[in-house]
Amino acid sequence: MAQTTHPPGTGGHAASGGEGGSRRDFLYLATGAVGVVGAASAAWPFIDSLNPAADTLALASIDVDLAPVAVGQAITVTWRGKPVFVRHRTAEEIESAKDVNLNDLRDPVADDARVKKPEWLIVIGICTHLGCVPLGQKVTDPRGDYGGWFCPCHGSHYDTAGRIRKGPAPANLVLPTYAFTGDTKIRLG
Amino acid sequence: MAQVQATKFKNPVVNWIDSRLPIFTMLDHEYNHYPMPRNVNYLWAFGAIAGIMLVIMIATGLFLAMQYSSHTSLAFNSVERIMRDVNYGWLLRYVHANGASMFFIAVYIHMFRGMYYGSYKAPREILWILGVIIFLVMMGTAFMGYVLPWGQMSFWGATVITNLFSAFPIVGDPIVTLLWGGFSVDNPTLNRFFALHFLLPFVLLGLVILHTAALHVCGSNNPLGIEPKGPQDTVPFNPYVTVKDGFAVVIFMIIYAVFVFFMPNYMGHPDNYIPANPLVTPAHIVPEWYFLPFYAMLRAIPDKLGGVLAMFGSIALLAFLPWLDRSKIRSCKFRPIYRQFFWILAIDALILGYAGAMPAEGSWLLIARIGTAYYFFHFLILLPLLGKLERPSQLPNSISESVLKGGGGIAAGAHAKPMEKA
Repeated sequence: MAQTTHPPGTGGHAASGGEGGSRRDFLYLATGAVGVVGAASAAWPFIDSLNPAADTLALASIDVDLAPVAVGQAITVTWRGKPVFVRHRTAEEIESAKDVNLNDLRDPVADDARVKKPEWLIVIGICTHLGCVPLGQKVTDPRGDYGGWFCPCHGSHYDTAGRIRKGPAPANLVLPTYAFTGDTKIRLG
Repeated sequence: MAQVQATKFKNPVVNWIDSRLPIFTMLDHEYNHYPMPRNVNYLWAFGAIAGIMLVIMIATGLFLAMQYSSHTSLAFNSVERIMRDVNYGWLLRYVHANGASMFFIAVYIHMFRGMYYGSYKAPREILWILGVIIFLVMMGTAFMGYVLPWGQMSFWGATVITNLFSAFPIVGDPIVTLLWGGFSVDNPTLNRFFALHFLLPFVLLGLVILHTAALHVCGSNNPLGIEPKGPQDTVPFNPYVTVKDGFAVVIFMIIYAVFVFFMPNYMGHPDNYIPANPLVTPAHIVPEWYFLPFYAMLRAIPDKLGGVLAMFGSIALLAFLPWLDRSKIRSCKFRPIYRQFFWILAIDALILGYAGAMPAEGSWLLIARIGTAYYFFHFLILLPLLGKLERPSQLPNSISESVLKGGGGIAAGAHAKPMEKA
């Protein structure tokens, strides 16, 4: 113990042979390591408290009846606080979505992989650029150059499969988790 | 600050306190005898003006917070209640809302003054970097304050800005969820923004104290950009600069009052008087005017991550200004070529601001791209190059020689008190 009270330098602090020095170094490093781990674990509850709370996460899934939506019409459903676009596509819209060379797409996905039934396109209505709600749900809305949706904030164009075709958005409109519970009934979530 | 000679005061109580806690000596030293270059112009008043704006914002903000409710179902109406029912609530809110704009005006002039006269150069680099940090914290505070009234622009501004972080690969989406506390901008977001909007001004106050402390180590720069060589080059802070700053503050407050009383919504956006609706995006989202140049850069780059990096980079770049500018000469007065490019940069910033307010399409997009490219060209290429290529004009020998046209030694000595530490 007496050895550790020696001032550094005299006791061979950095020297390999100085046993007291190396023990002090070890204690110093160990204390530092425990301190860092302790500070990090103390910080985590604070940071994690900012993440979605249990009640926010426990959002029930919702059922939507699509029967009243005629061909060519679209509805917007709120799910997890976000708008979900449901569009009853016309035959031409399906045709134009299928009739695309995948190499031309920024985020290449075939139309089949984006729908469960070709006539129903269901996407989260949030532009993948910076989160605006694109226009195109109403027939009178601007639908962009590809007949899908047009985001007015920064000018992204989506096609009739909700794929990004033009503008700053990096990815296609996101697909929500859903399943058909009947012929014209879906459950989101 | 170094240990200074204690001042003797007439009042024995003041002396008693001062010998135990030398605050009076400190104030006397830093704001009474503190030597200021005798040639500082009115542009040097904007630091004091910005400081006063911070105090006004904290004072009005505190009383607004006593009336405000940070819940999505109450926020918009609580602001309307402040406007209609609370005694002088309209005044407090308009002083606060326009105060943000005036604060930014003062800070932008303060920054451009620093750039024109080379105030960021050695030995004032830390002083300048503290200023850049203050600017960043200010921007964060202003952004979160704009969200609180929970109007359409509040909501969609918050959505767009928080989504900026989703541009970063892998960590982006978890960060955005962390910022929101949910899956979209919602009540948890509003609550934490209110808490942070309350906290950050006090962080700013601390930073401003550090900024001032760093300033008082090496003293103010001046329009000639040469260091004072002795008492003949300086005047005591009080009364010379206190009066000059005071006069500038009064003029600034008159302009501020014109906005508050005659055009209180001129710098705001009418869409923010529509309650927030998560299902409808306004046709044209624009941030507050003081963010427009940076917003233009964000939109100018046709790639999400690239746009975000350009926007943050344009501010981060300012912190490196002391090392990007290789010229030893501080003031633009003696830099004939840089002086012209300085004004081109100032015009570029204004054009970017205008392009940021316009829809991001057609020729405005092109203009924003050219403006963004020029901004980075100025800092990354022009400044290092000019430091080597430019031939500066002859610097004067001293401040007093330049200001008093020669025979200044005696006249200056008559006015200025001698410096304590010669």
